[in-house]
Amino acid sequence: MLAYLIRRLIAVVIMVLVVLLATFTVFFMLPKWAGQDIAVLFAGKASGAEQVEGIRTKLGLDQPLLVQFWDFVRAIPMGRDYANGTDVTHCPAPCFGYSFRTEEPVWTTLKDALPVTGALAAGACVLWLAAGVATGVLSALKRGSLWDRAAMIAALGGVSLPIFFTGMVAMGIFVHSLGWVHIEDNLSTDDSIGVWFQTLLLPWIVLALLNAAMYARLTRATMLEVLGEDYIRTARAKGLGERVVITRHALRSAMTPILTVFGLDLGVLLGGAVLTESTFNLPGLGLAAVQAISSKDLPVILGVTLFAALAIAVANLVVDLLYAVIDPRVRLA
Amino acid sequence: MTDIGKSGAAVGEPVAQGSPAPTAFLEVRDLKVHFPTDDGLVKSVDGLSFQLEKGKTLGIVGESGSGKSVTSLGIMGLHTAGQYGKRKAQLSGEIWLDGQELLSADPDEVRKLRGREMSMIFQDPLSALHPYYSIGQQIVEAYRVHHDVDKKTARRRAVEMLDRVGIPQPDKRVDSYPHEFSGGMRQRAMIAMALVNNPELLIADEPTTALDVTVQAQILDLIRDLQKEFGSAVIIITHDLGVVAELADDILVMYGGRCVERGPAESVFYEPRHPYTWGLLGSMPRLDREQTDRLIPVKGSPPSLINIPSGCAFNPRCPYADLPKDNVTRTVRPELAEVGSRHWAACHMTQEQRERIWTEEIAPKL
Repeated sequence: MLAYLIRRLIAVVIMVLVVLLATFTVFFMLPKWAGQDIAVLFAGKASGAEQVEGIRTKLGLDQPLLVQFWDFVRAIPMGRDYANGTDVTHCPAPCFGYSFRTEEPVWTTLKDALPVTGALAAGACVLWLAAGVATGVLSALKRGSLWDRAAMIAALGGVSLPIFFTGMVAMGIFVHSLGWVHIEDNLSTDDSIGVWFQTLLLPWIVLALLNAAMYARLTRATMLEVLGEDYIRTARAKGLGERVVITRHALRSAMTPILTVFGLDLGVLLGGAVLTESTFNLPGLGLAAVQAISSKDLPVILGVTLFAALAIAVANLVVDLLYAVIDPRVRLA
Repeated sequence: MTDIGKSGAAVGEPVAQGSPAPTAFLEVRDLKVHFPTDDGLVKSVDGLSFQLEKGKTLGIVGESGSGKSVTSLGIMGLHTAGQYGKRKAQLSGEIWLDGQELLSADPDEVRKLRGREMSMIFQDPLSALHPYYSIGQQIVEAYRVHHDVDKKTARRRAVEMLDRVGIPQPDKRVDSYPHEFSGGMRQRAMIAMALVNNPELLIADEPTTALDVTVQAQILDLIRDLQKEFGSAVIIITHDLGVVAELADDILVMYGGRCVERGPAESVFYEPRHPYTWGLLGSMPRLDREQTDRLIPVKGSPPSLINIPSGCAFNPRCPYADLPKDNVTRTVRPELAEVGSRHWAACHMTQEQRERIWTEEIAPKL
């Protein structure tokens, strides 16, 4: 088990390095190859040539690419000093660089956005996992029944309806017409739990609806497959009650594929639920990314991208470990 | 039925439905298992009757799709347990186990019998064991469903059973997972699990088919030894006549969901009275036979269970279908008729015809 853990950890480290290289290439090398000067982007078009050169030295853009990459990677755990002769700016660890626009460390933007995205993801995933798996199991057990058909049609609808539609409709009804919930516009850590809950309730439900639909279909399909396995028949032949057969024998096997997808989904979500956050105007990572993209704020885009990739890597690591807990055969692999 | 008590026979005469509770330990009367499908009603088992006493072994043989496994699952009540969806198996007839009729019994009562009074070994022990639970956990679970004991006691029992079925270092291997066992060990573990509650009836559904030949013999020996020790009744289901030759007291040959011949193993082997049984014997490889002759396969394929041929279900494949007069093989379904002591066969040919064909044409080639 320990060897398995170490192997998985090494895999994650390698993956993160690859992601770093890829993002660095996309954000620093491609513009350069395309004839764009990053120092100009940073300084703004109105700046003079001297200013641009100053920024170039300060950000180390005049260094060889490998050195630039090394500085970039090292800054994340160690922090970095941007120096231009006398003008020294310290970027504390974890340093993802400075925003072109706000001139603040990217980490500050990420740090403020993280709790919102985290809370959104956590609440939604609990909801969709519970609703999706329960619906899927019931559908599988009542295959072909009215319940099954209704649930699967609803699930198809849930999968097909985009969040900006369901989100808008939900807001229109529950916030504006009925006034049941109040959505705080600029959610921050200073707000009370009650405000967070009210603001996030609709996004949770809307996001959960979309995913629950997919999980219901996935759970139904895997449950039907597992229920046809020989070992389920063995469990019944032992005289186990149907409830035990379903939960302890069938559902446990069905959890493996569900968990795989869940890890990926959670990882993606932690990198920012762009549509949900935009629809509900939640200041999370997704919204930060959208704003950064529309203002060409490269370091922030890069920071969000990196963080999203990290979130997926870590979520996958956790899933891999859970996998080994669930399935003893994985521990050997 | 008179000689059953004396000889401990497994097979009895056909009994009319609705007769009083039988004296035999297991008695199946006119069992029918039908499955509705889009293409029509699949009559997997269509009127099967037999009896089995404690301590005796009945071998049920036949091709794939002859209804062997469906019969065994029917006895275990596994066609109705956990049937989700609309298409439910339709069962009729009577299954008497130790004086209790199972088909009309409360499903939960039958569930309590499963694993305790009657248990089952399956063909492929790898897929029949849950891959996520250790062998010990699975045996402990089987024991604790029927016994109100703590986990420690149940675990001791599991180790004891693993030891009994010949698994080395049972106190260590009890924590192993199925994938860590070899095929033969898995089947041993499966047997340990099936016998953990000392069942009176053990059904082995092709217990050696998925195992390699050297292990097959060990598993068969084990089943025989354990049967002697526990005194249970055993039904062994197989398409391998070699297996039943080794184990069975009586043999029941199934074709198209019905019994075509049954009787004491000796009689069925040495004086078979049904052309299908001849076919099975001819297609069995034997070491004691000279290698001059090839195996003689039964021509054609098993009948569709939706449109079972009228008359004798075997008639399209039977080389002697034209011997009886008036095309009777294709119009009238033959009933089981006594052809020897406790030996029945369902064939339209006369006794003399069959005796002559067997002794002159079939037996010399075997």
